[in-house]
Amino acid sequence: MSSQITGTGTGTPSNPEAAAAPPPGTPGTTAVKKRRVPQGHRRLLTRRDRITLGLMAGVPTILHVALVWVTALASIALAFTTWDGIGFSSIKWVGFDNFQQLFNDNPQFWPAVQHNVIWFVVLFLIPTPFGLFLAVQLDKKIRFTRIYQAAYFLPVVLSMAVIGFVWQLVYNPDTGLINSVIGANKPGHYIDWIGDPNLNLWAILVAASWRHAGYMMILYLAGLKGVDPSLREASALDGANEWQTFKNVIFPVLRPINTIVLVVTIIESLRAFDLVYVFNGGTQGTELLSILVTNNIIGESSRIGYGSAIAVVLLLISLGVIIPYLISTFRKERRA
Amino acid sequence: MRPSPSPLHLPGPSRRSVLRGVGGAVALGAGIPLLSACGGSSTSSDSKTVTLGSNGSDAVPKKAYASVYKAFTASSKISVDVNTKDHNTFQESINSYLQGTPDDVFNWFAGYRMQFFAAKGLATPIDDVWKTISANFPSAMQDLSKGADGKFYFVPLTTYPWAIFYRKSVFKKYGYEVPTTWSAFIALCTQMKKDNLVPIAFGDKDAWPALGTFDQINCRTNGYDFHISLMKGEASWTDAKTRATFDNWTEILPFHQDGSVGRTWQDAAQSVVSKKAGMYLLGMFVAQQFTNAADLADLDFFPFPEIDPSFGQDTVEAPTDGYMMSKSPKNHAGAVKLLEFLGTPAAEETYLKADPSVVAASDKADTGAYSALQKKGYDLIAGAKHLTQYMDRDSRPDFTSTVMQPAMQSFIRNPKGIDSLLSSIERQKKTIFASS
Repeated sequence: MSSQITGTGTGTPSNPEAAAAPPPGTPGTTAVKKRRVPQGHRRLLTRRDRITLGLMAGVPTILHVALVWVTALASIALAFTTWDGIGFSSIKWVGFDNFQQLFNDNPQFWPAVQHNVIWFVVLFLIPTPFGLFLAVQLDKKIRFTRIYQAAYFLPVVLSMAVIGFVWQLVYNPDTGLINSVIGANKPGHYIDWIGDPNLNLWAILVAASWRHAGYMMILYLAGLKGVDPSLREASALDGANEWQTFKNVIFPVLRPINTIVLVVTIIESLRAFDLVYVFNGGTQGTELLSILVTNNIIGESSRIGYGSAIAVVLLLISLGVIIPYLISTFRKERRA
Repeated sequence: MRPSPSPLHLPGPSRRSVLRGVGGAVALGAGIPLLSACGGSSTSSDSKTVTLGSNGSDAVPKKAYASVYKAFTASSKISVDVNTKDHNTFQESINSYLQGTPDDVFNWFAGYRMQFFAAKGLATPIDDVWKTISANFPSAMQDLSKGADGKFYFVPLTTYPWAIFYRKSVFKKYGYEVPTTWSAFIALCTQMKKDNLVPIAFGDKDAWPALGTFDQINCRTNGYDFHISLMKGEASWTDAKTRATFDNWTEILPFHQDGSVGRTWQDAAQSVVSKKAGMYLLGMFVAQQFTNAADLADLDFFPFPEIDPSFGQDTVEAPTDGYMMSKSPKNHAGAVKLLEFLGTPAAEETYLKADPSVVAASDKADTGAYSALQKKGYDLIAGAKHLTQYMDRDSRPDFTSTVMQPAMQSFIRNPKGIDSLLSSIERQKKTIFASS
């Protein structure tokens, strides 16, 4: 085999279509280059190559199909059944019952949808512009900029569970930092940051924003470093002030970053889970779809069908956001 | 390999071999977790070892269990291979654990929670074990150990009562009397409030403590039979009787500690330790928070006061922990021997020496070494007409965790919304109990 390969070492793969086609099926083309093509054929795709390629493409494909598609489709199928997770024989088909119960009877479902939306709106309106603001300030090469960068980025490095734990200590009604400082830890004066449904979502969003701002800052900072300095010069020469430069020159250049920021923020708000789970377990006021899925599926006698139905709702919401984004991206690519 | 005529040739084979290596590594990498998944958790299956899945992950029970198994190994020459998991993780993964390759014997709870897995065929009946140990247990404990089919599935080890805990020194200082009736209880709460104490410490952040308060008030208001039928999904949550329970609760709710949904039970217990709160309705494990010996000696309790004289204080909530045998144990004979040993008073005494926050499930165990608190708890359980196990053990765990826990939190916050809350509970209960 190695002699065949070395024999045509300098051959060029001039006709990939012919090379890929099986030799007996294409007599017309092989007749012309009778001597070279069969050899080039083997040279391009020996059996070993095929096995290697098959493994390289096949193994990830199998893993992807098994871990993403099969599980997702199984979850969708399970959403129309009831199953306690014990033996496959206990799976019972119930049609749309789970969804009906979810929409009509579950007191936590609609609040959860609402909280996921609030989560997105707040992350998008507060920490994202704040992250941009920080990035613009840090981009001005002020002193100690690295220290500031590190300080603001540190929460992003911490795991969400750790952040939840830390903020839970800050908000603890009896011994927490806030209530101790403002004296709200005495009977009759309690501010229940963790339990009060009018407060707890906002309390958690402060923690989530604290982390998200650092994340956005790094993304924007990377974008700002990529802005061509000559654009600033040109704008300065034209007499634009700092705000005009930012608004009319810099921000439009950051467009690709803005798309990434939008997608990241949407993903963060849909998958929000660990922070809340650690903070107060998703009690009233902080229900989220991801937490409802977990509470129904994980546990002793799981309601896997019902939990899957909630997961399907979450999937549909995600698709509703992601598909328009993909369509517009592909359209742009095609135009380009 | 022959010298190559072309410089282009050289990278060929070397790249291929790299790719081959990568392909092999990918195939291996994919294979390893699959292979290890087949291995299971039990390490040995010889007749001299019994494997045991334990939820005793806290330091005190872990040590106490270890001393029991050491005593077993010493007497039987069979070693116990303990596989300890975090307490909550063990509970949450019990479903897949029992369906996979479980250990021969595992820690579990009496009541519906045990019967559920027995009915699903995930446990082995142990009537043979009970032939030797039945004389060690009172009839209430024997009933708790049976599945719905009447066979034994469970060996109880320890139990503890739920009651209202208080500090003797606080009651002495203010001249309080232990209340036995509802009106005396309310009067005491009112007086404590006047004395600038929090009458009833309360922390429901983990969502289960409120279930215990409901159990107490419901058993006193409507009696054991109605309570159990409600737990089994038979009686209705919109029944006037259930409503009466919540009315009674609403009456004492203003005496509960503020901000309870954001507070853990440990923090609530600390307010009793620091004498800021007068009383605390919880299980006897509250004693774990009294780390100072003098404080612990000062801790006392009284059973929840009578509400309806026809039921009095006849029901005691006494969750019982013990052991079950998994569906196909690798060492059945050894597992039977271990369970027989665990059902002896001697095993319970060994355990209690290392963990004094519970009492023995057997009435033959020696009570001589008990602290005053343990002795009182033991007497309370022994004198009870009915024993309940706690809502999440007497009812379906999926119902209590996904419906009752959030519903109780919402009631605590807004007791006025009780009617719509109860009809919501009833609607959800019907669908959950309708599915098997």
